[in-house]
Parts: sequence; C-alpha cells; structure tokens
Amino acid sequence: MSSAQAVIETPELEKMEKTSQIREVWRRFCQNKMALAGLVVIILLILVAIFADVLVDYDTMAIKIDLPNRFQKPSEAHWLGTDELGRDILARLIHGTRISLSVGVIAVSFSLLIGGTLGAIAGFYGGKVENLIMRLSDILQAIPHLLLAITIVSAFGQSMPILMIAVGISSIPAYIRIVRASTLTIKDQEYIEAARAIGATDRLIIAHHIINNCMAPIIVEATLRIAAAILSTSSMSFLGLGVKAPTPEWGAIMSGGRSYLRDAWHITLFPGLTIMVTILALNLMGDGLRDALDPKLKR
Amino acid sequence: MEQKEEYILNVENLVVDYVTNDGVVHAVSGVDIRLKPQKTLGLVGETGAGKTTTARAILDLVPDPPGVIQQGKIVLDGKRILEVKTEEVTQGSQKKMVKKRESLSSKEMQEIRGNLVSMIFQDPMTSLNPVLTVGEQIAEVIAVHHQGMKKKEAFQRAQEMLELVGIPGERAGEYPHQFSGGMKQRVVIAIALACSPKLLIADEPTTALDVTIQAQVLDIMKSLQKQYNMAMLMITHDLGIVAEVCDEVSVMYAGSIVEHGTLEDVFERTMHPYTEGLFNSLPNIHDRKAMLKPIPGLMPNPTDLPPGCAFAPRCSYACERCRTEKPQPRWVSDTHLIACSAYDDPGFALKGRDER
Repeated sequence: MSSAQAVIETPELEKMEKTSQIREVWRRFCQNKMALAGLVVIILLILVAIFADVLVDYDTMAIKIDLPNRFQKPSEAHWLGTDELGRDILARLIHGTRISLSVGVIAVSFSLLIGGTLGAIAGFYGGKVENLIMRLSDILQAIPHLLLAITIVSAFGQSMPILMIAVGISSIPAYIRIVRASTLTIKDQEYIEAARAIGATDRLIIAHHIINNCMAPIIVEATLRIAAAILSTSSMSFLGLGVKAPTPEWGAIMSGGRSYLRDAWHITLFPGLTIMVTILALNLMGDGLRDALDPKLKR
Repeated sequence: MEQKEEYILNVENLVVDYVTNDGVVHAVSGVDIRLKPQKTLGLVGETGAGKTTTARAILDLVPDPPGVIQQGKIVLDGKRILEVKTEEVTQGSQKKMVKKRESLSSKEMQEIRGNLVSMIFQDPMTSLNPVLTVGEQIAEVIAVHHQGMKKKEAFQRAQEMLELVGIPGERAGEYPHQFSGGMKQRVVIAIALACSPKLLIADEPTTALDVTIQAQVLDIMKSLQKQYNMAMLMITHDLGIVAEVCDEVSVMYAGSIVEHGTLEDVFERTMHPYTEGLFNSLPNIHDRKAMLKPIPGLMPNPTDLPPGCAFAPRCSYACERCRTEKPQPRWVSDTHLIACSAYDDPGFALKGRDER
C-alpha cells in the first residue's frame, strides 16, 4: 500500500493534466476482477482497523478475561467462539487487524526506503560502492530471517517499533537486489544520457528517472512483502516474541490456541483463515496494480 | 587569439580514445571545430567516424571508462570547459610527459548542459523516459536551470514549448508511447530548446525518422534556430540534410576532419578524394538504372589505424607517400581546408564527380 500511494502522489503536481491518467490506471485495474476482489478485501480490512473501537469495545470484549465462558464453540453470542481465557475471538481478530496491518505496512516502508535507496546507489554508481553494498546485503541474506528477527527482539527488547524493524530488516536485501537490477538495465538507456545532457544531477536522475522506472517490480514486491511481514509478525507472536500478552495479534491468537487444537479448533482456524485471506488479497492486488500502473502496457 | 571570442564553440586538437581490453580505439584523433554564433556546421561521415564521440566530448559526456580525452581544448561561448595537454616535466634527471587535465567542476558542467548547450539524440524512441509524461520531462529541464521556479510554472512553460514545436499543449500529460516517432523527436527538440541554449548539438536527429517526417523536423529545427539565434552542430551522414540546413561542412573520416569548408566549397569545389567518393556513392537521380558506386573497402579498424593517411587503403589516388605519412591539413582558400598529401603535387586534381 505504501508504494502504491507513492505512485499516486506524484501526479498531484499537475492534477489537471493527469487525472485522466489516474482514471486510465483505475480502468485497467478494474478489468482484473481478481485484483479488484483483493482490493475490496484490503479496503474492508483497513476500515475494520480504523473502526475497531466502534465495532467492538477493546477493554470489555477483546482483552477481558471471562473464564466461565472459555472454549465456547461459535454461537450467536460469540460468532467465532471464545479462546482459552473466554475472550471473544472475533473481537480479538478485529483489534488484531490494527496491529497486523500497521506492522506490515511500516515494516515494508522501512525496508523499502533503506533497500531501495541502497539498491539504486549500488546499481547507479557501480564499482566499489556497489561491491560493498551487495556484499553487506549478502551477509544479511545469509542469516535466517526469523533467527535475525528473534535476535533483534531479544537484544533490544520487546516493543512495537523494534518488532517492525526486526521484521522489516530481512526484506532489505530483496529490495536492494530488485532496485539494483532495474537500475542496471535503466542506467544505460539513452534517456538517462539525455537527462544528463540537459544538466540533471545524479540525484535527480536516480530519484526521478530511475525510481519511476523501477516502480512496477517494487510495487509487486512491496505487496508480497507486506504479506510476508504480517506472516513474520504472526510467527514472532507465535513464538512469544511478538506483541505483549493481552494485545490481540493474529499470530498470537493462533499460538494461544495451539495447545487446545484437539478440542477447540476454532481458536486456531479463524486467525489462520484471516491471515490467509489477507495475504491472498494483498498478492492479488499487487499483481493487478503492476499491470495497471505500467504505461507501456497497452490494451 | 583575440579572434577566439567570436566563436560560440572552439574545439582544438581533440583526441579521444576508448581504452578497452582489446586495445585502444582511436575514436577521435585531432579534430578542430570552430563554429560562429547562429551558424550551422554539418559534421558528416560514415558510421564510426567519431562524430558522436566528438559531440559527447563537447558536453563532457564521453562514457568514462572506457573513454579518455587524451588531448584537446574545448571553449564554449568564451568559457574554457576542458583542456587536456601533455607537458614535459623534468623529474630529477628524467624527462617525463605528464598529462594535465583542467576542466569545469561537474556542477558547473551541469549548469552548462541544457542551458548553454543542448543535445538532440539520434533515436527519439529511446531518448524519452517511457514512464514520465512528456510535460514532466520538458518541465524537468526548465526546473533544473531555474532554481526556485514553481513546478506548476515550469509545467506551463513546458506546454508553451510543446506548442512551439507544433504539438497541442493539452498533450503534455501524455506519455511518450502515445506519440508518433516524428512527434517524439519534436518533443526531444522542445526539451533541448526549453532553456534557449546558444548551441544545439543535433546527433543525427532525423536518422530514425522516415523521409516525409524528416523534412518536417528539419523545418522546425531551422525555424527555431532563427527564432532563438542558436548555433547548431548538425551531425549526420546524409548529405541532403547538410545541403538543406548547413552553412559550413566538416567531413570526418576515421577520427579526423579530412575536408572543411563552406557549403559551396565542399559541395561545388570538392577537393578531398573521400568527399568525392561520398558524393559518387549517392544514387544518381538522372539515371535510375545506374549501379550505385560505393567507396570500395571499409573504414580501417580504429584500434589499428594505418600509419599514413587513414583513407589511403581505399583511395584511388593514393601514392606511396600517402601510406606512410600523415597528411597535413592545409588551407586552399580562406574558408576551405583539406587534409590530403596529393595536393603537394601542384598539378593534382580530382577526376571530378559524375555529372548529376
């Protein structure tokens, strides 16, 4: 989502001239029904995250322990049942949306910003700079992602910002590689030389010409990585290193239910389904966005 | 020396090599170019003669590595932008040749590019960024050279530039793929002229276009040249274009200028055998069945230029001296310069071109 916004931000400079372009992108996006379905799901999730407090009360529904009602099967009172402490699972999932989505978006923005910049610099300048950046990225890539995240959280403490960084840091090499590869093919194009011939600085060439040309792969990668980040956060919570105890997070809810899988399957099933649907929707939307945003792709 | 100021572009003895693993490519070996304000100089030659490299050197855009400017001095509108000379330095008892390079800082160079001198590239299909609208791309030049100008204002100027090259301003919000080849080249011209440069370097601006569009683009360039009082360096291999737009012509062969003169000098009083060969290889409009007469052979490998005149192996007038000795450029009239040893013999004359 973050990168999609970045793309739509540029046209704001000349609203008049470019509205037709946005409409064009939107028209092409709508042609892809699957992507549209993905977008609808994402918008619903965002709305749920925003209005979570209106939908269900956090203090009385999502975190209040109600032992007599534990392990309730889905019923009219509790649509998705209750967990081992008698908390309503639907309420917890609704409030978990906030955490999962924000961790996903912020973690990806963080790694995109760092990885994209480093990748563009490596690809554009080449030589020693490139070697240094790429080798560092190789080192980062060699460390198992989850292990790295666990290490960071254990070293710096269990808090939301650190969790976001820990989850995001492992996707930095992926962005470095993608942006560097695109930069390598773009920097030898004649229009880069033409830009130089009109007096554009390196910074302008990278920021304006190269990054805009890398947008398509970046957007797809970003949507996929948001999904991965949500999954990693869930894994961290599952291991007990994610969010702190009463805070509802999808992975944490799943993790809590795993000891009771035989009797209370609904505790693990519903958060699992939520994660799956979210990730599927993100992937579908990413694919659709890529096709729609590429002005070279005419239909 | 006092005369220098009257030139908008003065290139002296420019030598550019490409140092590759397979050897040193002598792309440009000792080129002089003098161009007066508001005049048009045609730089003519075969593919690989070093025309584009010369043009890039003027903008300091020779790809480095592998390109190295070995020697030369480039003065642009009174500003020395590059000087590379080899000086003899006595180090202890040993004498050494040391290369000294003085040039503008890259920041100063960036200010010159697009502002004082602009370049039009050969292929409009690839010299526009496919993911930026043409308006953004024109506005970019304007914004680069007018610090603090509002984006909106730059965009309006971009629309005016589009109108100037005959494209409706409303189309500024469209992407390059929505334009035809000729329109793209006009957009490229609009970008090049957006900051009213004093010198426009056009690197085969019409090569990628079909003939009907060529005339259109050339007309636009000619009228804008007048409007903006620009000088133009027109790089081409098309003698027809030279006749159409140029005041003076330099014929390049294997990295050196072999003949230079006014349009009349070169076209009517052709003196260099290579230029003659170029004219003879044009299709004969009066005798459509006549076979084409290309110059026999190929241009010499630029990593291994012959010791004498580079054209000697293909020249029908070549004598023994041509193969061993570099020809010295000589002025045969006030405006006409040739580099050919054959004229040492006062009785020498070309056989003359086929009548057209």
